[in-house]
Amino acid sequence: MLDKNGIARTIARELRDGYYVNLGIGIPTLVANFIPEGMDVQLQSENGLLGMGPFPWEGEEDPDLINAGKQTITTLPGSVFFDSAMSFGMIRAGKVDLTVLGAMEVSQNGDIANWKIPGKMVKGMGGAMDLVASARHIVVAMQHVNKAGESKLLPACTLPLTGLACVQKVVTELGVFGFDPQGFVLLERAPGVGVEHIKSHTLGFLTAHGSEPEITWP
Amino acid sequence: MNKVFTDALSALHDLQDGTTLMLGGFGLCGIPEHCISALVQKGVRNLTCISNNAGVDDFGLGLLLQNHQIRKMIASYVGENAEFERQLLSGELEVELIPQGTLATRCLAAGYGMPAIYTPAGYGTEVAEGKETRVFGDKTYLLETAFEADYALVKAWKGDRLGNLVFRATSRNFNPLMAMAGKITIAEVEELVEPGDLDPDHIHVPGIYVHRIFVGTNYEKRIEQRTVRARS
Repeated sequence: MLDKNGIARTIARELRDGYYVNLGIGIPTLVANFIPEGMDVQLQSENGLLGMGPFPWEGEEDPDLINAGKQTITTLPGSVFFDSAMSFGMIRAGKVDLTVLGAMEVSQNGDIANWKIPGKMVKGMGGAMDLVASARHIVVAMQHVNKAGESKLLPACTLPLTGLACVQKVVTELGVFGFDPQGFVLLERAPGVGVEHIKSHTLGFLTAHGSEPEITWP
Repeated sequence: MNKVFTDALSALHDLQDGTTLMLGGFGLCGIPEHCISALVQKGVRNLTCISNNAGVDDFGLGLLLQNHQIRKMIASYVGENAEFERQLLSGELEVELIPQGTLATRCLAAGYGMPAIYTPAGYGTEVAEGKETRVFGDKTYLLETAFEADYALVKAWKGDRLGNLVFRATSRNFNPLMAMAGKITIAEVEELVEPGDLDPDHIHVPGIYVHRIFVGTNYEKRIEQRTVRARS
């Protein structure tokens, strides 16, 4: 079973030198901690920054300098600021190489729901709908089941959708999942997690043979 | 040409009940603090506010929500405001949630004199309900119209008497777009300088878009999520 850092570390394997990457709030943010040494990856923050640096040293917080999660951050040599239209311009134009975001539900055809629970919770979609409608490479980082223990990998989303057939990969504490025309495909298992356990926690159609390797990291 | 006002209240002197407003900022970063305070002081009601977020309970647009001055809110993310969520779920507040890039680009379209844009954001979701679509290539796009706002209230770092504006770091966000989109644009700045003091190559919004400008003092600039690296 993976913890949050394990999920982030697993997703970090998708990074390539020269990538521009947008990381959503929550587990996706942790991916930044696993960028391999020497790899040049530029983080895009949709509130208007390319080249996001680490959190500031205590006492050096700048209220004018935050990321999309509203956290205080820093710049790096080569960082650029821009307005929100340009920020979503580069997203819409497909300039961002990898997008990692959280989800409440993912369906077996790659639909994603992550912005609203009717009658209960309405936070809004923020930039998620723009990202999933235009990004070329979308990875979802999430817990496999919700607080009630129900699968978040479903035949069809029950919550209002964020985007249609857009997710390429899902990483949960149980494993790495891709998609084929039938549904989810188990690609790798989390260390110590058996296929039967994964199957019994996945409501969507899942292709799993049992020969899938355990996740390893470089 | 004199666009300079002494303070927020005088700059907002003719703002009436029922007005549609744009307010710059992302979270609490780059919000027009002094304009919001003046709106609270004036007590104008039935406002339609276009803003990426709705502030927090006791700061930013949250202050207007507490006073029930907002009739309708158009935003992309409102997660940090319990009062907002309460008013929304109870039906007291009319809310239109729209994708953030759509929000930004509908402002941009207004400032560029274009009636509408096409975007793929929200296609296939409830955001698309009732909207015209069109296929370009292998993708379906939604037709989204430019915003019309009576006033745009923005916060810049520096500005000059002619209304030229410069923003700082990520407090830029929606501010330049909204500045360009308002029928009357009111900019509050930390520093008001003389024409010529700003490098023409470094101005983010040309003064032609800005109608009124004033200096705001004692900015609170509240930080929503203070994240730091501890010094060992």
